[in-house]
Amino acid sequence: MILKTKGETHNIPEGTLVRVTRYRNKLEDKSYAYIAECDIDIGPYVNKPILTTANINTETIGSRPVVCKMSSTDHLAEDDIVLIGQRGNIRTLYRPQSISNVMFITERCNSNCLMCSQPPMDNDDLDFHYDINSRLISMIPKDCPEITLTGGEPTILGNRLCDLINQIKNELPRTEVHMLTNGRSFAYNKVAERLAQVNNPRLMLGIPLYSDYYQIHDYVVQAKDAFYQTVMGIQNLKRYDIRVEIRVVLHKATIPRLQKLAEFIFKNLPFVDQIVLMGLEITGYTKANLNDLWIDPKDYMDELRNAVNYLAKRKMKVAIYNTPLCLLPLDIWDYARQSISDWKNIYFEECEKCMLINECGGLFESALKRHSNHIKAFKEDPRTTLSGSSEKLLACDAV
Amino acid sequence: MDSNILSLRKEFRKFRNLDYYDQSESRQPYSLMPFNFHRINDDLEVLINEVGDFLLVPTGTAGRIINKELDKEYDSSLYADLLSNFFISESAYSPLIDLLATRYRTKKLFLENFTSLHIFVISLRCEHTCHYCQVSRVTQDRSKYDMSREHIDRGIELMMKSPNPNVTMEFQGGEALLAFDNIKYAIGKAQEQAYKYRKNVNYVICTNLALINDEILQFCKLNDVLISTSLDGPKHVHDSNRHKPHASSYELTIQGIKRVKEVLGNDSVSALMTTSKLSLDHPTEIVDEYFNLGFQGIFLRNISPYGFALRTEKNRYLTKEYLDFFKKGLQRIIEINKNERRFVEGLSQILLTKMLTPMNVGFVDMQSPSGIINGVIVFNYDGGIYASDESRMLAEERDFTFKLGHLDETSYDEVFFGDKANKISAVWANESLAGCADCAFQQYCGADPVHNWATQGDLYGYRPTSSFCEKNMEIIRYLFELMATDQDVKEIFESWIRI
Repeated sequence: MILKTKGETHNIPEGTLVRVTRYRNKLEDKSYAYIAECDIDIGPYVNKPILTTANINTETIGSRPVVCKMSSTDHLAEDDIVLIGQRGNIRTLYRPQSISNVMFITERCNSNCLMCSQPPMDNDDLDFHYDINSRLISMIPKDCPEITLTGGEPTILGNRLCDLINQIKNELPRTEVHMLTNGRSFAYNKVAERLAQVNNPRLMLGIPLYSDYYQIHDYVVQAKDAFYQTVMGIQNLKRYDIRVEIRVVLHKATIPRLQKLAEFIFKNLPFVDQIVLMGLEITGYTKANLNDLWIDPKDYMDELRNAVNYLAKRKMKVAIYNTPLCLLPLDIWDYARQSISDWKNIYFEECEKCMLINECGGLFESALKRHSNHIKAFKEDPRTTLSGSSEKLLACDAV
Repeated sequence: MDSNILSLRKEFRKFRNLDYYDQSESRQPYSLMPFNFHRINDDLEVLINEVGDFLLVPTGTAGRIINKELDKEYDSSLYADLLSNFFISESAYSPLIDLLATRYRTKKLFLENFTSLHIFVISLRCEHTCHYCQVSRVTQDRSKYDMSREHIDRGIELMMKSPNPNVTMEFQGGEALLAFDNIKYAIGKAQEQAYKYRKNVNYVICTNLALINDEILQFCKLNDVLISTSLDGPKHVHDSNRHKPHASSYELTIQGIKRVKEVLGNDSVSALMTTSKLSLDHPTEIVDEYFNLGFQGIFLRNISPYGFALRTEKNRYLTKEYLDFFKKGLQRIIEINKNERRFVEGLSQILLTKMLTPMNVGFVDMQSPSGIINGVIVFNYDGGIYASDESRMLAEERDFTFKLGHLDETSYDEVFFGDKANKISAVWANESLAGCADCAFQQYCGADPVHNWATQGDLYGYRPTSSFCEKNMEIIRYLFELMATDQDVKEIFESWIRI
C-alpha cells in the first residue's frame, strides 16, 4: 500500500489539505477535491480542486486548482485526507477505512534507538507539522476510533503538543489518542503536570523500557541517563493518573534480562496500565544494527513465556505484538494481538495455506528482509486437537 | 546552521557500544545503599533492601559487596541485579531515590486511614472453660459483666471519629452471643451513625457458636454480619483445650459452622485456632480438620502470654516447640496444595505478601508502627479503653499499662494522641529499636510493645530473649529456605499472595 505519490500542482498553495472523492456532488463541501480519470471537465464544479493522473496541458488548466500527471490515484480511497505539499508531493494523512491512523509531530528525537523504525532527522520542522496537524484535526471525521501521535519524539513540540491534544479532546471527543514517546521529558514533573491539565481522558502514552539495568536501556536507546529519565517520567505521569503503556521491543539486547525487567516493572511500576512485548521490525536503523539485534523469535520463547506469565499472574495487563501464532507457545496465544498497521502488514506464501490466517497478526512488510526460519502453516487448529494441559508444548509441533 | 551544533549532532547520531554507557567512576565503582542481610543456611544468604526487596545469594556475597570486591565485568549479572534493586548505587544518591521514596510510602500505606478495627467486649460472661482463656471469663450468672448501652453509644461515637472511611465493629467476649440483645442494639445504633458520618461499617461477631439459633442467623443475614469462631482442631484436641461443661464444644462448633454456612453463605464464617501444649503434638491433624471442612486456609497461630494462659502449666512452652509444630503444619499444607487444591497458611500469606510484592499489609500483630492504636482500639465491658485486645487481657491481671482511658470521661484526642499514646509511640516502630533497626527482616516484621511488656517487663523489649523475635525470624528464614530449594513450593507460595 502506498501513502505517497507525486504530481504537478497548479494554483494550489503548498500545505493545502483536501478530502478526496470520486463523487462530483460531494464537491458542494469545500474541503473536497475530485479524483478525475482523464477529463477535468466537471461541469458546474469548475473551480473545485482536481487530482488526476492524466497529462493535462497548462492552457486547459488555466487558473483552476489542479494536480495532474500524478503517479497514482488508485491508492486513494473515498474520503481520504491528503496533503498537497512541496514539489508536488501528495501525502495521505488520514484514511477513514484504516484503524491505524497516525499524526506525525516531528522528525526530531532526543534518543537514537538502535532499532528505530523512524530514524530521526535534526530538522526544524515543528512549525510545519504543527500547522498541518492543527488543520488536520478539524477535518478528521468525528467517528474516528483512534489516532496515534508519533515522530520522532512528540514532546519536543513542547506546549503546542498540549494544544494539539486539547484540540483533539474538543473536536474529537470520542477518539482514543495513543502517543508514542520516550517519556524522558516527563522527568520534569511540571511537564507531566502541564499534560495532566489538558485532561483528555482518552489519552494513553506508549513508553519504551528495555531493561531494569540502566546501562542496557541507555545502550539500546543510545542516550545517557535515558533510563533514569524515563522511569521518573513514568512515575510523574502516574502522579496525575495519565494512562501509561510500557513497550518492550524484543531483540538480542533486551531478551537476556527480560524476566528481571518484568520483576522491576511489577515492583516499581505496578500502576502502569499495560505492558506490550513487541517483535522486531526490520526497518530504519534496525538494518544497520542487525548483527547486534537479531534473534530468531523462536529462540526466545521461554523468556517471553516466563515474563508474560509472571506479569499476568500478578494481574498486570500484557499483550504480545508483531509475532505470528506459529512462533508462539500455545499457552500464551491469548496475549497475541493483530497489531501491525494495515499499510505495512503482509502474509507470506506459507501463510496462505494456514487455517489460522484470519486470527494471526501476520508479519511486517520488512520481514521479507529477515525473518524467523520457523514460519509454518497450521493444517489443524492446535487448540482443538490437544487434550488437557500441554503447557510446555509448542503449538507448531501439533501439525 | 552553526557548525558547532552540527558536529554535536553528528556525534550524537553515531552508534556506540554498551561500554560507552557505563556511568560508574573508575575510582569508586559503587556506593552502598541501605540494606541488611541474614544467613539462610550453609549455602545461602539473603540481602534485603529498605523496602523489602530481596536477593538470595551464595554465602559470602554480602561480605564481598560490602568490602567493595565486586567487579562490574566479572560479576556483571549480580552487579546489575544489585543496582536495579537499590542495593548499590554508582553515585552518592541513587538517581531513582524519588522512586524508592514512593516504594517506601507504599509499604506504609496501611497507616493512611488510621484506626479501622474497633473491638467491643460486649460481655465477659461465658459458658466454656477454655484452659488457655486469655479473657479470664466469669461464668454465666453475673450480669454486671455486660457492656452498658451508654458505653455502647459512646464507643460508637469514638468509632465514627476515626478518619478511616471503612471501619470494622467486632463483638468479642467472653461469649458475645450471651448479650445478643445488646449486639442488636449496638449494630442498629452504628448503622444510624454510619449513614450520618458516611462510614462503611463491617460487623463481626466472635462466638463459640454453642448458642447460635435461627433468630440470630436471620439477623446476621439481614445486616451482613460475619462470624468468627474458634476451632482448635479435631475433636480430641478441641474438646481438651476448650472444655464446655456437660457438652462437646467441638460438636457444637462443627454444627454451628455448618448452620452458619447454610444461612449466610460459605464465606461468612472464619475459624481461628489457638495452639496449646496438646496442639503441638497434632499439627497434621489440625490442618486436615480445616481442610476437610472446606476452609480456604488456616492460620497457625501462636499462643499469646496473657490471661489464664500464663497461669496454667499446660501452656508454658518454648518457642522452639511451636516452631517445630508450625513447620510440620506448613509441610502438610504444602502437600495439600500439591495434591488437592489451594489451601493457604495465614501467617505465611501475610509474610509472603510483604516479601514478594510492593504492596502493604496491615496486620495489627506484626507491623511497624505497631497495630495498637494505629489499627485497633478496644472498648471493654466496663467502659475501659485499651490499645489492643492483649492490653485489656493484661488489665484482667490488674496491669493497666495500656489502658488509655474510659468511655465516661476520656475524649478521642486524649485516647489517640494523649500522653500514654505518645509514650508508646516512642517504642512502636521497629526501625528505631535495637536489634530490629539492623535486622534483615525488619520490613516483614513489626513491633509489639505490649508483648515486650508482658513477657519481659519492658516496653522497649530486649531482642536476644524476645519470643516474638525468635518466632518471626525463624519463620521468615524458613520461608526463604523453602522457596530457594524447591521451585514447586515457590510457585505455591506465589499463588497465596494477595494482589
